[in-house]
Formats: sequence, C-alpha cells, structure tokens
Amino acid sequence: MKLFRRIANLLRLSAREREIDAELKAHIELRMEDNLARGMTPAAARRDALVRFGNPVVMKERSIGAEAALGLDGVGRDVRYALRQLRRSPGFAVTAVVTLALGIGANVAVFGVLNAVLLHPLEVSEPQNLYQLRHQAWASGRLLTTSYPAFEDLRQRNTTFSGMAGIYAYSSAGLRWRNAVVGVHGDEVTGNYFDLLGVQPEAGRFFHAADEHGPGSAPFVVLSDELWRSAFHADRGIVGTTVEMNRHAFTVVGVAAAQFHGTERFVWPDYWIPMVNEEQVAGWDSLHDRTAIAVTVIGRLKPGVTPQQATENLNAIAAELAKEYPETDAGGALRLIHPGLLGDDGEVIRGFLWSVTVLALLVLAAACANLGGLFAARAADRSRELALRVALGSSRWRLVRQLLTEAVVVSLAGGAAGLGSAFLLLSALNRWHSPYGHLAESVDARVYLAGLALTLGSGLLFGMVPARQVWQSSPLQSLKNGPAESLHLRRFALRDLLLGVQIAICTLLVTASLVAVRGMVRTLHAPLGFKPQGAMLVDMDLSQAGQEGDVALDKQKEMIEAARSIAGVTAAGTVSRTPMTGGLHGVPIFRPGTTEFTLNNSVLAPYVLQMSPGYLEAAGTRLLSGRDVRWQDNAETPHVAIVNETFARTMWGETPAVGQHFIVGGNLTEVVGVAEDGKYHDMQEAPQPVAYVPFSQNESSDAILVVRSRRAPNEMAAALERTLSGIEPNVPITVESWPASLRGELFPARAATAALGVMGLLAAMLAVTGIFGMAAYSVSKRMKELGIRVALGAGRAQLAKAALGRPVALLMAGSALGLGLGMLATPLLGRLVYAANPRDPLVLGGVVATMALLGAIATCIPARRARRVNPATLMREE
Amino acid sequence: MARNDFQGSLDLLVLKTLMQRGRLHGYGIVLHIQRASDELLQVEEGSIYPALHRMEVSGWIDSEWALTETRRKAKFYTLTPAGEKQLTEAEESWEQLVKGVRAMLRYA
Repeated sequence: MKLFRRIANLLRLSAREREIDAELKAHIELRMEDNLARGMTPAAARRDALVRFGNPVVMKERSIGAEAALGLDGVGRDVRYALRQLRRSPGFAVTAVVTLALGIGANVAVFGVLNAVLLHPLEVSEPQNLYQLRHQAWASGRLLTTSYPAFEDLRQRNTTFSGMAGIYAYSSAGLRWRNAVVGVHGDEVTGNYFDLLGVQPEAGRFFHAADEHGPGSAPFVVLSDELWRSAFHADRGIVGTTVEMNRHAFTVVGVAAAQFHGTERFVWPDYWIPMVNEEQVAGWDSLHDRTAIAVTVIGRLKPGVTPQQATENLNAIAAELAKEYPETDAGGALRLIHPGLLGDDGEVIRGFLWSVTVLALLVLAAACANLGGLFAARAADRSRELALRVALGSSRWRLVRQLLTEAVVVSLAGGAAGLGSAFLLLSALNRWHSPYGHLAESVDARVYLAGLALTLGSGLLFGMVPARQVWQSSPLQSLKNGPAESLHLRRFALRDLLLGVQIAICTLLVTASLVAVRGMVRTLHAPLGFKPQGAMLVDMDLSQAGQEGDVALDKQKEMIEAARSIAGVTAAGTVSRTPMTGGLHGVPIFRPGTTEFTLNNSVLAPYVLQMSPGYLEAAGTRLLSGRDVRWQDNAETPHVAIVNETFARTMWGETPAVGQHFIVGGNLTEVVGVAEDGKYHDMQEAPQPVAYVPFSQNESSDAILVVRSRRAPNEMAAALERTLSGIEPNVPITVESWPASLRGELFPARAATAALGVMGLLAAMLAVTGIFGMAAYSVSKRMKELGIRVALGAGRAQLAKAALGRPVALLMAGSALGLGLGMLATPLLGRLVYAANPRDPLVLGGVVATMALLGAIATCIPARRARRVNPATLMREE
Repeated sequence: MARNDFQGSLDLLVLKTLMQRGRLHGYGIVLHIQRASDELLQVEEGSIYPALHRMEVSGWIDSEWALTETRRKAKFYTLTPAGEKQLTEAEESWEQLVKGVRAMLRYA
C-alpha cells in the first residue's frame, strides 16, 4: 500500500506545492510582524524579511526536491517513463491491455459467480452449524426428503440438534387481494422456522412455534420482500390485514427482509405459511401421512456436537423408525449436507464452478505467457539501450524495477478494463432469471480484491520474463552485437517455451469447448421418450378453485374436451407431473399374493404417474402394445396401468407384460399396455421403471394439461387461455410451450457450452495473437538474412520455411501437447458436460482443424512479408 | 565515519530545538537557533525548509497546521520517537567530530 500512497502523492504534487508556498509565506509574514513590532516601516520590514529568507523559489524547489529524493519520485519517474514507453508503441500497449483485460475479466466474472454461489454465507445467523438432513437413498426413487411424521419423530428423539425445522418447498396458491388474483409459489414451514434461522422481519413479525395449535390453527402468512413490493406496493399497512389464499383467509403477519429468501440460494419463495395450515392451501395435508415424503428437514447442531456424532444419532433413530414402521420408513441411512444448492445438485454445481475456475485461470496463464513473450521481444529490441544504461552506471535493479513498473502499469490498465467488463457481466447476470432460479451475485470487496490480486500477480509474472533477461545480460556483449542477434540463444529458447506453453493451453481450451458443443448437441438429440416440439403445457390448478374429487375429475374431462375442440389440436391429455420437473420418487410395488406390505417385500419402486386417456398421444410417447387407459376405467372396474419397457422387462423378462398383475397402493392392478422408455427425472438418469395409472382410479390434485397441435405456440397459447378461462374463470392459468419449459433441464448443458465456448474463443484469440506476434517478430528480425537468401536464389517455399519454420513447429508441438492434456482432462470435462468424450474422432478432428486454421491465420501476414523481401532495398537499409 | 557535513549539523540543531521547545513552526525554530547560538549561525532562513521536509519524509518529525499567538496560520513541527533516536545518534557523532577536530588541532 506504500506504493499507492506514493502514487497518490505524486498526483497531489501541485497541492503539495501550494502547501509549501503557504508555509514559506507564513514565515516571511511572521518575520515582518516581528520587524514591525520593533518599529520598522512596513517597506523596510518586508525587505528585511525577504533578505533574511533568501530566494523563496529556490527554497521551494529544494523542499520539493528533498521530499522527492526520498523515494516518492523513484516510482513516479518509473511510472512516467513506462507511460512514455507505452505511448511510443500504442499497438503493443493496446494488444497487451486487451489480452490481459480478457484474461482478468473472465476470471473475475467466474470468481464473482463462485463467490456468490459457494463462498458467500447464507443470509441466516450462524450458517456454519445449519445442516440439511437427507436420506442416502429411498427405495430407488429420487426424492430424498422426509415425511412430516418422520420429521416429528426425528425432532423429538434426537439429542444432538438444538432445533429442527421442516420445509415443504412446493407450495403454490392463488393469492387474492382487492379482487385481483395472482399465482404465487412459496414454502410451508414449521412454526419454529424463522426462530431456528435467527432472522428478523422487515415489517410486522414472523410466526413462531407458539402460534401453532394443531392443524388449521395458524392462518398466518409472511410475505417476501419482492411480493410485498410487486403485489402490495410496499405498503406497511398490509401487516395485520387479511388476504385469501386459495379461497381461505390468511392474516399477513409480516414481511421478510429483502435479502432473506430461505435456505436455497437459487430459490426465492413468494411467501411462507405454517405447515399446520397446509390443508387450506393445498386441499389436503400430509401431517399424518408417512408416505408423503416431501418435507425438507433442516437443523442446527448443538454447540460442540460434530456432524459425525449427529449423523450417528440420527441413524440410530432411523433404525428405530424402520422397525416401528416397516411399510414406510425402512428408507435407510440419513446424512447431513450443507443447505443452499438444491440438495445433492450442490456437488454438481461445486464441481462445475471449480472446473470453470480452473479453465479461466488457464486462460489467464495463456494470456500471461503471451504477454511474457511480447515483453521479452520488446526487451530484446531495447537491449542496446538497456546495455548502454548499465554501462553508464544505472544499477541493474533500477532497470529491472523499470521493466516491472512497465508490466505493472500494463497489468493495472488491463485489470481495470477486465474488472469493468466483469462488473457489467455480473450485473447483467444479476438481473437475469436463469431457469435454475435467481442468483444474486454481489460484487463485494472479495471480488475486487481477487481482481486486484490477479492483476498484480499476472503483471509481476509476465514482467519477470524481460526482467530476468536484463538481470542476466552482459552489457558489453549487447553493445558489441547488433540489436537483433544479442543473446539470441537463451532468449529465443525462453520465448519458444512460452509460446509452446501458450499454444498447449489454448489447444486444451479449444478441445474443452468443442467437447462441450458436442455434448450439447448429443444432449439435444438424446431420445427423451416424449416429443416436446409442438406441444403446449397448461397449468391450471383446480384445487385452487376449491374443487376436489369427482367434481374436479369432471372439470378435467371438460378441459380436455375443450382443448381438443380448438382448431389444429391433434391430441390432449392430462398428467400428474410432466417429465423433468422434479419431485418424482419411487413408489413400492408388490407381487400379487403379497400380504405384508413392508418395504423389504417390495419388488420394484417405479415412478407412478397419474394420467388421463390421450396423454400418451399428446406427449408423443409411443404405446408399444396393449391399449390406452379409458374414462370407463373407474372406481367400479378393476384397476389398470400402463407400464414402460424397463418396468415390463424387470418384472417379467421376455414374457408379454399385458395381462400381468402387480399391487400398487394396496390395489391389485392389471397391465393393459406397454409404453416406450424415456427420461423422467433428468437427462443423465439410467432407464427407470414407470407405471401410468388413470386419474379416474387414482385421485391427484396435480394435473398438467398437455396439448399437441399443428399451430404456432404463441397462437396456441392465446387460444388455450381464451377457451379454458371460460370454463373456470377464477383460476390462474399458465400456458407455456413444452420446449420452453424444458429450458431449465438443458440449462446446465447450455451454461457449460456457453462458458467453455467463451473460454475456447478467448483461447483461440490468444493463440492467434501469440503465434502472430512470434512469427511477425521473427520475420522482422531476420529480414536481412532473408534478403541474403533471396539474393542467393532461395525459392518461396524455402524462404517461408526459413522464416516461419520455428513458429509452425511450435504450433504443432504445442497442439499435440494440448490434445494430450485434453485427453488427460477427461474427468475434469466430465464434471462440466454430459457424456464428455475428448477421444471422439469428431472432436479430435475439429481441434486439429481449428489449430491449423488459427496457425494459418496467424502466419499468413508475416509469411507475405517474408515473401515480398526485396534484397536490394534491404541491403541499403541500416 | 559519521556524516558531518553542514546538512547534518542543521538537522542536529533543528532536532535539538524541537526537543527543548516542543511544538514550533519553522520561523520559531529559526528564531530559537539564532538566539541560542548568539546569532553565530548566519544562514538564509529559508534553507531550514528543505531540511524540515526531508526530516518529515524520513519520519523524524511530524507536522500540522495551527494558529500562532498572533492568530496567523502556520505549519507546526513536533519530534517523533524516531526523531528522538536520530537526535541521540546525531549528538553522539557530533561529539565525536568535535573530539576528532580538537585532537587534530592539538596535534598540530
């Protein structure tokens, strides 16, 4: 920081001068006062004072000089000198600054996201001892949360947690206030939730455990700051008033602080209500149901308890529960994770971010190698000047300091530009609502510090290259030789090495980005088992209209019929949950004849989806054999199901599945059809067994209408909204095209492709400038030699070989090394991209072609120059 | 050998003055040196300022702007701990110089 003070002093020099002037003037005036007191005339007093003082201008100069001599000026002079040098070669300065700005900008942007996602603590008190409970695995299902009764058991029996709260994060409601209904999503939480997290409201109060007295006893709602601002105009008077949620009255007790949004980093709930009031909003409550396992449990460890001890304690309880409730709770071991990153996705996100950080640092390393080469070439050109200065008595340390200053000045300029662009990028990301959710990247002191550290670090790193040369050079040698040849062997070796390293890194990055693009293409073409193209999804929650049971079923039928009647619609049907929207879990099924329905006796745990007739057709899922379900399959007729291929194969092997039976939910069910396999939870999953059962035999409050048509999505959306709101005017309708709603699932692949694509592009640019710089430099330094070759009759090919042999050889060696590294980095890339395979011949070919193209672009101008060598003109020069 | 040019002795006089008198402005220091040395040391008064600024950058003295008795703004200097140490060293080397010079004169 001393350096900064000095630089600041330098800028304040004129202020300093004014201060010294004032001080000297004060002296003269004090002397005059004394003189006047002794009885002199004013004129005499003044003359005497001036004579005694001496020449004020000289004194001022000497005072400034005295300060400057002690260091202040040293750095100042170096900076001024460096600026002058850079102004003399603007092309070099701009190239260097832009190169560095790209490298540092990429790193700061990546670090900004990393900081927000991984390093920034959650907005709760003492986040370090807050944990989330999760099952190791529940049957073969994906949902690793807990049922409410199991949560109560864990809460009451444990001895290692100071408190535990449950969250049901999939609550949604139609919120009515002053005759306007808005669709909102939020959390149902246990009463102790806010106290456990230790947060304070922005207005009003939070609800507490003491507010709850059994089901339906606490009709209170806490609004998020965002909802409060958007729907209630930030009116503080709203606290204490009543709103309707799904036609049930709730009292607004308070508003959460703006930065508080629960314990998930990407999720911003609109509201929080007590879980005891679940029934009013959801139409049912799961407070006594051990099979409804959607409660996320968070807990705070008692002081001094390790996560290990707590896990053992919890597993002892889980073992007890498995004995007491073998039908539902034999779910196995529990573990503790840090909340915030969508449960186990945290591992993926963490791996992804760290991998991208590594790649960004590689870009910066390549940029530094590039700049090191540039600076080394410059120092080589100036070797005569530098040697002269050593000969004239300048210390080597001083020269080194000057070269380092130049490097630091460039790096500061580049760093400032990089930080600026990263800042813009991060603010853009901040405003953007990714399909993963909203992320608030705060550009805090840590990000700035990281930027500064990277800037200075890289400046010193590439500044060392020329500095090292000067340190080791012999001035006598440099002066005797011409500028071109001096010290050539060593320096060329070092510069060659730098260029080779740079090309290797760039090839690695180009490989990575091609792998990502390939993975993305493969993801897009993976068989899904359904065809999103051409289909619309309509979310119209009938439970919000307070309709349940047969009434709801009739409404559903009416909706499907209405949708089907729209012109251009080819199929329509409802399903309880469309693929890749999460929330799926295995449901245990049993062979016919089973009497004890314990989890240990179950044969399979497929996903069970409710659907209406026509859903499979609307979704584009092929029915391979048998028939679709019918509205006539109802409570009076035998239970039926359609299963997918994996289900059929696992259960009955090669025997035809149609006509077979199994037990699900206590009902003996007949298989009436087999549908094709597909993806249900995510793109990466292994084939999963799935059973589809009709709504008409299995009640469910969730129903998404899938409509397939030949018309454009926006046209269709309008038509659907118009038609369906006629059927049920008071329910909010969301219409979305299916491909659009799947964006979230493709987001990781897209993000990886974008990140790696940008890195690859940066790397390619760096490779071009690096090779170009090297080739241009080597041609310009060997013009004379080339001229002689031409004079001696060398052909064009020979000339090009002589001029560009070394850069091309380096390009090949570096590319080969980079490709090799790319192969070794497969595990790293595997964390970034689905089905990453750098050994893919298409990728290999692409990398070789890209590097060859980059090489050709970078060497074509120098090659042209070499070819146009005119020996006659050259010989006359210098 | 200790540094004993004129600059060194001016430093010594300034430091000593500040030691004896505490806080003083440049003019006050000049007056004190002139009085204490019976007007022996006749230098241009302004030449004290380069010395003061050099010592300030070296951290031997501190400065601040304040009002004089006649309510005029002036820059006041005080001795820092580093300055006190420097004063002790300067006094010692001055003693040595005087001893050496005296010895030379006797010898001649």
